Amino acid sequence: MNVLSVVLFVAFVASVLALSFYFARRAKSASGYYAAGGKIHWSVNGIAFAGDYLSAASFLGICGMIATAGYDGFLYSIGYLAGWIVALFIVAEPLKRLGKYTFTDALDANYNHRGIKLLAALSTLIVSLCYLIPQMVGAGVLVTPLLGLPHYIGVIMVGLIVITIVATAGMTSTTYVQFIKGAMLIVFSTVVVIVVLVRGLSTTPDAGGKVSFRENRTLAATEAAGTLTLEDGTYQVLGLTKAKDLKFAKLLKDGRESWWLVAPGPTDGTLALQETQSVVTKADGARIINGAPESKDNQLAQVGNLAAIDGKTGAEAKTGSLNPFKFLSLIGSSKTQVRQWKNVALTDGNDMVTVYYPVLTPGNKILRPGLKFKIEGKLIDRIDFISLMLALFLGTAALPHILIRYYTVPSQAAARKSTIVAIAAIGFFYILTLFMGLGAMTSRVINLTDDNMSAPLLAQSFGTFLFAMISAIAFATVLGTVSGLIIAASGAVAHDLMDRYAGLIKSDKQKVFVGKIVAFVVGIIAIILGIIFKGINVTFLVGLAFAVAASANLPSIVMMLFWKKTTARGITASIFVGVSSAIGLILFSPTMYTLYGKDPLTAPIPLNNPGIISIPLSFLTLIVVSLLTKNAAKPARSV
Amino acid sequence: MLHEPAVQSGKDPAFAYKRKLGARMFIAYALFYAGFVALNLIRPMWMEKTILAGLNLAVVYGFGLIIVALILALIYSRACGRREASMKAGGMKEVKR
Repeated sequence: MNVLSVVLFVAFVASVLALSFYFARRAKSASGYYAAGGKIHWSVNGIAFAGDYLSAASFLGICGMIATAGYDGFLYSIGYLAGWIVALFIVAEPLKRLGKYTFTDALDANYNHRGIKLLAALSTLIVSLCYLIPQMVGAGVLVTPLLGLPHYIGVIMVGLIVITIVATAGMTSTTYVQFIKGAMLIVFSTVVVIVVLVRGLSTTPDAGGKVSFRENRTLAATEAAGTLTLEDGTYQVLGLTKAKDLKFAKLLKDGRESWWLVAPGPTDGTLALQETQSVVTKADGARIINGAPESKDNQLAQVGNLAAIDGKTGAEAKTGSLNPFKFLSLIGSSKTQVRQWKNVALTDGNDMVTVYYPVLTPGNKILRPGLKFKIEGKLIDRIDFISLMLALFLGTAALPHILIRYYTVPSQAAARKSTIVAIAAIGFFYILTLFMGLGAMTSRVINLTDDNMSAPLLAQSFGTFLFAMISAIAFATVLGTVSGLIIAASGAVAHDLMDRYAGLIKSDKQKVFVGKIVAFVVGIIAIILGIIFKGINVTFLVGLAFAVAASANLPSIVMMLFWKKTTARGITASIFVGVSSAIGLILFSPTMYTLYGKDPLTAPIPLNNPGIISIPLSFLTLIVVSLLTKNAAKPARSV
Repeated sequence: MLHEPAVQSGKDPAFAYKRKLGARMFIAYALFYAGFVALNLIRPMWMEKTILAGLNLAVVYGFGLIIVALILALIYSRACGRREASMKAGGMKEVKR
């Protein structure tokens, strides 16, 4: 634990809480609590949009995915930003015009139908919870290196702080927290990118001389009749194990066991054993890391570096300062070699072993799609890619915590202008993610067990201050986004369900009180989910939340605005089918089967991203049901 | 409970114009985005070709999608603002859908 990190972190949290208490007096009425009284300036709201949107997924998840999968991670940046076009051109002004506190208000404005109130509120709750999971996972990820605390403590801390923020001051406080955090995130990410470019590229990254670079070792060997013979006689061969299409040798030296990847040597008939990292879990749960018991000082080493830069190796490869174009063109060169790390699980007697082994990837494959998404693979893999890009494009304009921000500004023109500020700020940040992710990929800062920490660890390679600032901002990022999500969920229950659907709310004051109780309950649920989903890439989880939002909400919004024959029953059916099909497809997907501990190849749904099925299905349902119920429906009022 | 916007926006005479313009610009951008997805699937090798300032097509197209989004947003805002001002000045009536 670093003192500066702790001081900055505590200062951040204290400032956020002070802001909440200061704005608490503006949250007495429902309008003040749920919509900040509609008095936020468009420029502040625009940056607050960026604060809402640049969540743990954008900052931690995308940078982590670019650091491990190159350009494929950047596809999320592109898709997330493109989604704002849908928000601006289709959704922003009509939603502002029709709604009051929640997206359900706008959807129901022309119909006044109980079914819409119920289903749209439930959809808001479900999407908010789906989106909350990755934020809470991100919180847990941050506190371990920042404060030296376990993952679950971070999740609980975020939960409790956010409940305090939301329960005291609602949307006004959340807006200003998002504004400050959004601005600081962009400023300090720019600083990180500048120092990455000034440091340039090297095949022996050493954090500016603070950490000595250690090259991975290679052992020469030969194999005859299944027996491995090493040139270095100080090693004893304990056995050979095959996993996937690879072969690993277990060696012993000085009483310490290690695992080595068996690869072809420089000449025919020879082998080159490449050093790996390993985690051995014994039957009693004890963990052995790289041959020694796990401890605070014995953890997996951080990885990721360039083996060659545009064909050059060693000292002559060091570039010095680079401009942004040169930085990208050098990494993308076919003569550049990036040392990435993959892992494989195997069994060794009663021990479970995870071996992390290096692979060299040419730069031209790093800076084009294909490392994560198998766009040149089977048809189903290509469909999965289309499905993801579709969900990212259509998901933004259907996220409840984004949509409620349109009610915090005074006019439709302000809603439009704040969206444009958001596009400028978010677009700029997403360009930075490519540099931060590639910087992490080449600076030996990737944590093998959790790529979400790549951006903060990259900052750490430039010193404690930048690390502390970036980590504190990342933590504030989680705080702000979770606050927005909990307010969206709170509005769905108190305003949509209890007031407008059930008619149980008798006064403005009661609505605010119920909203605060709901915020507490949703906060507790979020804490539990954040602990359960530890270790999953947060951007992947957000991608799924986008698919649920796009399937559940967007068809209704678009058709309500552009198709006169849309009926209330069409909308309710569309939301129901959108939510249930998206979640159903996710639950039976290969990724979820992996989480269940089952073979992903046995998953009944071969797609990881449901959007390509659930979004058209939701549109189709709306059209069919609307046509079938058009005679029973009251004519919709004009938008 | 009352159900009305948190802040009353009043009538918007330019609503129909803005909706039509928004839909058209959305379609234009969606085609640009779809082209990117299609290119990745149909001609993935093209994405690694260097085309501008040492950058490959994947990076240029990716940055292009971000920059074009901002340019279109500014054009849209400008057009909407001018229309709102001219309709306000001319006292034109609301055009509904």
